[in-house]
Amino acid sequence: MALIKDGVEAKDSFVNACHLDTLPASGDIIVSLDQWNDHRDALLARDAQLGVTLKSDQHPDSIADDLQHFALVALEFPAFTDGRAYSYARILRDQYSFAKELRAVGDVLLEQLLYMNRVGINAFDIVGDNDLEQWKVAAADYTVWYQPTNDGRTSIRDLRRG
Amino acid sequence: MYRYDEFDHTFMAERVAQFARQVARRMSGEMTEEQFRPLRLMNGLYLQLHAYMLRVNVPYGSLSSAQLRGLAEIARKYDRNYGHFTTRQNIQYNWIKLDEMPALLGDLAKIEMHGIQSSGNCIRNTTSDQYAGASADEIEDPRVYCEIIRQWSTLHPEFSYLPRKFKIAVTGAPKDRAAVALHDIGLRLYHNAEGKAGFEVLVGGGQGRTPVIAKTIRKWLEPEDMLSYLEAILRVYNLWGRRDNKYKARIKILVNATGIDEFRNQVDSEWDKIKDTKLQLDAQEIERIRAYFASPAYETLPDYSAELIAHGEQNTAFKEWLKSNTAAHKITGYLIVNLSLKSPKQPPGDITSEQMLATADLADHYNFGELRVNHRQNLTFTDVRQIDVYELWQKLAALDLATPNIGKVSDIIACPGLDYCALANARSIPIAERIQQRFEDIDRLHDVGELSLNISGCMNACGHHHVGNIGILGVEKKGQEYYQFTLGGSSTEDAALGDRTGPGFSTDEVVNAVDRILNTYIEQRDDIEETFLETYRRVGMAPFKEALYGAN
Repeated sequence: MALIKDGVEAKDSFVNACHLDTLPASGDIIVSLDQWNDHRDALLARDAQLGVTLKSDQHPDSIADDLQHFALVALEFPAFTDGRAYSYARILRDQYSFAKELRAVGDVLLEQLLYMNRVGINAFDIVGDNDLEQWKVAAADYTVWYQPTNDGRTSIRDLRRG
Repeated sequence: MYRYDEFDHTFMAERVAQFARQVARRMSGEMTEEQFRPLRLMNGLYLQLHAYMLRVNVPYGSLSSAQLRGLAEIARKYDRNYGHFTTRQNIQYNWIKLDEMPALLGDLAKIEMHGIQSSGNCIRNTTSDQYAGASADEIEDPRVYCEIIRQWSTLHPEFSYLPRKFKIAVTGAPKDRAAVALHDIGLRLYHNAEGKAGFEVLVGGGQGRTPVIAKTIRKWLEPEDMLSYLEAILRVYNLWGRRDNKYKARIKILVNATGIDEFRNQVDSEWDKIKDTKLQLDAQEIERIRAYFASPAYETLPDYSAELIAHGEQNTAFKEWLKSNTAAHKITGYLIVNLSLKSPKQPPGDITSEQMLATADLADHYNFGELRVNHRQNLTFTDVRQIDVYELWQKLAALDLATPNIGKVSDIIACPGLDYCALANARSIPIAERIQQRFEDIDRLHDVGELSLNISGCMNACGHHHVGNIGILGVEKKGQEYYQFTLGGSSTEDAALGDRTGPGFSTDEVVNAVDRILNTYIEQRDDIEETFLETYRRVGMAPFKEALYGAN
């Protein structure tokens, strides 16, 4: 298990508490949307960073008014073929201006890193560490992009204009 | 036509390098077939019954002679010396070896071609009217917008893992040669009352197991808003399209379940949020792309049609070919010429390397070095001088590319069927061959007149049987192949799904059944001018049913 954030291996200060019955008293945790809804006051009273996980059928509209409380939003890919969270990432970045960490968790494949990166996902939970080096370089597979997104990269259309 | 610039070339080189690394990881065993599958599919590589099949996009059907030579060379080098043009303006190679794929993709990149997104649950090759830029009835050139969509959809980060595949078609003429109503999104260019060009947008059409004619979601869309509006539709689909059942995952199912009015509201609400972003096209960008599609250097020529007709009086074969295989051009002195890939000697859409090379030479000589692939699996020369047409016909005839059957009963659309495809239930190609042999007689062919006959080897409908004037669907029943008929389908501006006639026919009975349907049409038609579809729409199913199954 490793975390790649902004293109480098990073230390993960968060504990995934989604499946815990009792929430840890201290430390940074990631909770499920249900936990957030059920224990909102208790979670806000904690003196640590908070993250929330959106399952692939949980639209970001459900946390739109709460985003200021989260240091990260984890987007779950139950299978690599389930692409809903690509749209969630764009909605969070472009429409809700969420500027903190967007983390991909679940069935996240090396070949999808660039797609995810381009929609605004900047952190990746990697299962197994065999190809960690490849993960670091995968972002360099392409240097040019046709689509304008809000990831800071210049699209080909803008490059052509010089 | 469009030519890659430095950015397109950089992108393609990076894509080829990436896939070469992926193949190497698969070959070394570092990656399992399961992990590799989505990667090869994103590059158009399918595993078929006997070998890998590679599907290469011909963007909106437009090819240069140099590209056709490259495709011929690939067929020679990596396949068995032939290729197969599909109904979606792609070419398929049926006998590809995995270890040769990186080199093959490198060769394709040299001719500015690729197989990206020719498979997978992503936005596929955008298709269009094969007569674009040339036809007498064109309002606006659809290729300009096809190219803008091609670039926008290539490796789209948000829409590469959709619920299901997604197909877009654009037409710029009132006569719909791109079957836009049978696509996930269809764009119809037209002029509004002020003479400005814009789109009517259709959504939720498709064939397959649940054929649906697309519905109009927007009567008028400014060209500048095209990408933001497409992105809004795609986002609603990506968010809400079904992912629990692949047979209910296409956008047509979502549109039907949501209702077109509510679906439109959802799209509009999304569109409002993204309309004024960088997706907005400006006139400068549209004009920059339009410049690639400038007309070739037409000469000022006299109308030569009387001379062509006179040639025809001397030569019946030429006369029949001229009547069925050519179409009116917007410029006096020019003609659109269709090359038939429906000779009884070859499966529909198949073409040998030798034919490709010779066709490329003819394109250089007679057609400004370009040609088109069309959705009925034939080729088109869009800009032939009338004065050259007789000579061109002779040369095409020598290459077996002048069967005078465009738009006729033997101009069959057929999927590869059980001879190649892992999904098929029945063979398509041998049925097509037998029908073509039966209708080889030119007089009969032309007596029957305008008619589309489409054959699919399973209910996935790659052979477009639902929209054939006569549709034939191969099914398997107790180990036997059976063929069910539908009548009255159409893929053009009056798009309609065919009606099922009744029980299917065995392989031995199929050709006779076609014969009986055609005889019934000839008996029933008002006069020779009334087409099969018109007659069917007027008289209905009853007389055809009686002819097929007897009165009871």
